[in-house]
Amino acid sequence: MRIELVKRPQQSALFSALSPFIALGLTLIAGAIMFSLLGKNPAEALYYYFIDPLTGLWDENNRWQLHELAVKAAPLILIAVGLSVCFLSNNWNIGAEGQFTIGAIVGSILPVMYPDLQSWIVLPLMLLMGMIGGAAYASVPAYLKARFNTNEILTSLMLVYVAQLFLDWLVRGPWRNPGGMNFPETRNFHEYAILPEILPASGRAHWGFAFALIAAVAAWFMLSRTLRGFEVKVLGQSPRAGRFAGFSASKMVFFAFIVSGALAGLAGISEVSGAIGQLRPTISPGYGFAAIIVAFLGRLNPLGIVAAGLVLALSYLGGEAAQISIGVSDKVVRAFQGMILFFVLACDTLIHYRVRFVGTPAVKAAEVSQNV
Amino acid sequence: MKSKILSFAAAAAVLSLGTMAAEAATKACYIYVGPIGDFGWSYQHHQGLEQMKAELGDQVETAYLESVPEGADAERAIERFARSGCNIIFTTSFGYMDPTNKVAGKFPDVKFEHATGYKRDHPNVATYNSKFHEGRYVQGVIAAKMSKAGVAGYIASFPIPEVVMGINSFVLGAQSINPDFKLKVVWANTWFDPGKEADAAKALIDQGVDIITQHTDSTAPMQVATERGIKAFGQASDMIKFGPETQLTSIVDNWGPYYTERVKAVIDGTWKQHDVWGGMKEGHVVMAPYANMPDDVKKLAEETEAKIKSGEFNPFTGPIKKQDGSEWLKDGEVAEDGVLLGMNFYVQGVDDRLPK
Amino acid sequence: MFESILITIATAATPLLIASIGELVVERSGVLNLGVEGMMVMGAVTGFGVTLATGSPWLGIFAAIAVGALFSLLFGFLTLTLVTNQVATGLALTLLGLGLSGMLGEGFVGQPGIKLGNLDIPFLSDLPVIGRLIFGQDPVFYLSILLTVGVAWFLFRTRAGLTLRSVGDNHGSAHALGINVIGIRYLAVMFGGACAGLAGAYLSLVYTPQWIENMTAGRGWIALALVVFASWRPWRVLAGAYLFGAVSIGQLHAQALGIGVPSQLLSSLPYLATIVVLVLISRNRRLTMVNTPASLGRPFVPDR
Repeated sequence: MRIELVKRPQQSALFSALSPFIALGLTLIAGAIMFSLLGKNPAEALYYYFIDPLTGLWDENNRWQLHELAVKAAPLILIAVGLSVCFLSNNWNIGAEGQFTIGAIVGSILPVMYPDLQSWIVLPLMLLMGMIGGAAYASVPAYLKARFNTNEILTSLMLVYVAQLFLDWLVRGPWRNPGGMNFPETRNFHEYAILPEILPASGRAHWGFAFALIAAVAAWFMLSRTLRGFEVKVLGQSPRAGRFAGFSASKMVFFAFIVSGALAGLAGISEVSGAIGQLRPTISPGYGFAAIIVAFLGRLNPLGIVAAGLVLALSYLGGEAAQISIGVSDKVVRAFQGMILFFVLACDTLIHYRVRFVGTPAVKAAEVSQNV
Repeated sequence: MKSKILSFAAAAAVLSLGTMAAEAATKACYIYVGPIGDFGWSYQHHQGLEQMKAELGDQVETAYLESVPEGADAERAIERFARSGCNIIFTTSFGYMDPTNKVAGKFPDVKFEHATGYKRDHPNVATYNSKFHEGRYVQGVIAAKMSKAGVAGYIASFPIPEVVMGINSFVLGAQSINPDFKLKVVWANTWFDPGKEADAAKALIDQGVDIITQHTDSTAPMQVATERGIKAFGQASDMIKFGPETQLTSIVDNWGPYYTERVKAVIDGTWKQHDVWGGMKEGHVVMAPYANMPDDVKKLAEETEAKIKSGEFNPFTGPIKKQDGSEWLKDGEVAEDGVLLGMNFYVQGVDDRLPK
Repeated sequence: MFESILITIATAATPLLIASIGELVVERSGVLNLGVEGMMVMGAVTGFGVTLATGSPWLGIFAAIAVGALFSLLFGFLTLTLVTNQVATGLALTLLGLGLSGMLGEGFVGQPGIKLGNLDIPFLSDLPVIGRLIFGQDPVFYLSILLTVGVAWFLFRTRAGLTLRSVGDNHGSAHALGINVIGIRYLAVMFGGACAGLAGAYLSLVYTPQWIENMTAGRGWIALALVVFASWRPWRVLAGAYLFGAVSIGQLHAQALGIGVPSQLLSSLPYLATIVVLVLISRNRRLTMVNTPASLGRPFVPDR
């Protein structure tokens, strides 16, 4: 038996809508098999994985989990939205983790170095500086690419490690909390430097999530309704055609990197001032890398990215719930996460292609996809 | 699809009833910063959990989360535990300090125990740590006796007070035997990267040290020392299997007795807030069997250990000079715990400059 | 001392070199597999486990190669047959590999492994300075050099290599010429997986003979970066891997000498050095353009 793909003349609207559900169905089946093999009750495992974190939708007592979902999804969405602009324009920024880190550092200058400056102006300045920091750091690989034709995948990745070591040096050295027994962390941010919670009564989701939604809508508008968005896509798909249209590829390099760097930087400072409250040696569990997955899961569409960010966040929360309630290990959780991603990616194939099974009596499957 | 979700919901309802019935036991929950398979810090805490469980049997139920990143995720993990019916929650890394205190404020009926921190903002938060540096002193004594070159290599993780304290204690122990003893330090900037730790060990050996000690978690340096035919000290757990002819001894993090005591206190209703810094005396720090050394060195090591254990001797007893030659402790003066816990300077004899 | 520093550098560079050479072939065929870290760690756990069970490091190495290749087939099936996005699929492969290897290796933690012995070439290995470096190393070291020579020869001196490169440069025309684009890419992806598996086994059987979760500690990412660094040329991969190894080891020596520079700055030197060298190389625009596989990362579906 062989599998053949036939390109559809245009995207299948039906499968655009249906593919996530097919993926979910496959994930449930595969998950049930995997958990049974591990000697766990599959229904129970899958319940904790997918339903438990969402019980807050109808259960007041569990509303905090929805907040946690927002906390976890906010940086993923913010970064991924920026990356979608990059990737669509064929710029391979995989160093968002570094831009996130530098954004957090630059944004923290005021509360750490000038703790006596306490006024409402501090927070907006911090957010602005975070964005500038991230954008500036992202413009390094952009400059190297535009000026020297240096491959941006490598430079942006290497700069991640450099940024993390720089943060490490800062919090262990010059920015160490004077009242903190020489432990590696900065002083706690004062109240004017804390990004407020949206609904403090029910949980700790902060305004970073709102920023993420705003950024997604703005990017969606830019990409689908403006000339700049058209330029992004044209230069991404065919640089030659873009040149004929009078678009500048090297300006686009800067634009894409600066947008994604600024959003990553905003994510960084939001995380630090909203969820953590100080700088520490580790401020991100790899959001910058996970966001690459989110960007593609969302099919590089900013609105799709919102959904994808929530799904990935859900899989983290659900994994945790499953670890606690039924005692699967976090390795199982990570392996399962990989599986979910595979299914989602594989099912997206149906949007652009018909799948045909050649040389077997499995005509039915081919027919089904042809009738759609 | 809908019926599937419904059946999950039904299954879950049944399950939650089931767990309610079994809730007579006290629930102890643990949060680890690394994987329990690191054979180092998190592994030893998990060993402590297992020991406590064996000791208390049916009275206790346990749960743990491993590889919980320090940062925003920690608070969620702790809160999840607090909400899932844990009676006592052990948060076993320094970076969990603020989240632990924050969640503790919201759940006054749950007890929280934070390892290696200093903040106890609420009456239901206790802190605990171990005086690993006591073991380092004994190691220093052994190193000075065993080393022909008079210089040892120290693979360090990050410049935090605990690590600096360990380095100083080691040097002081060595200088009590050989006043000219030198120590070379390499910062790996990681707790855990076997390859890099191995490289650091090789670099130190190539620069002439003939004893290796480490404050990083993997067994790689022990294996390198074995290959190069020199001696080494283990870290966190007994690593003798990785260097049967190499390991002189190892400082074993022995959390079991503490965990048993504290969970028992919750069961008995006698749990109180405290700040414990237990050492050899309390059984928190245990030396792995002394091996691969002549009998006289072994005897000396045992005597040193006994003196520290009985409280007769404190490794940080003057006269001690700082690295720049200025006086730190006068003759007979003993360092205060508070100074040690925030230590950020070297004593004389360390061949390294501390990152400021 | 000088001799043993060189050997240390060789040991640090070898796993990077092997994984990079594998990925280089994959990318030359037009496929970008970001799952190197995941395949490496699967190789590490397999190599260790099989060696522990059978007592033979050689069996461990072969098993790791096989598992690396099999694991990469998963990536191949998704990206080549189902034309999923290569970047996302590769990242998912890494996630899966880290999780699976942790599950498989739970029983191996805390067990000393068996080290693959050195292959001393008589007499020659007694030569001063370079003797042990060149003639007294572990067998995989020699294999890594052979791999580099072999891949360089294959890609640029054989017809099959030309075919592979043409697939990577323009899969449309290659297909029009009757070349089986998908088939060749499958083979390339499996070769990359096998190399990553071998590199992983090197970690758990030679570099540090033990199993610990996540023991690759990011080396897969460095290997990926080295391919770009080398502008897809095998000999430059070799140079890059040794340069990276040398700077990594050098910074540790600098620390042991007690020069008093912040260790974080020293630790970031390998990354900064890589960027600087790459910028110097890539200033020659024509050279890099020629070497970059033009179809890299682009999906291919044959017309029917």
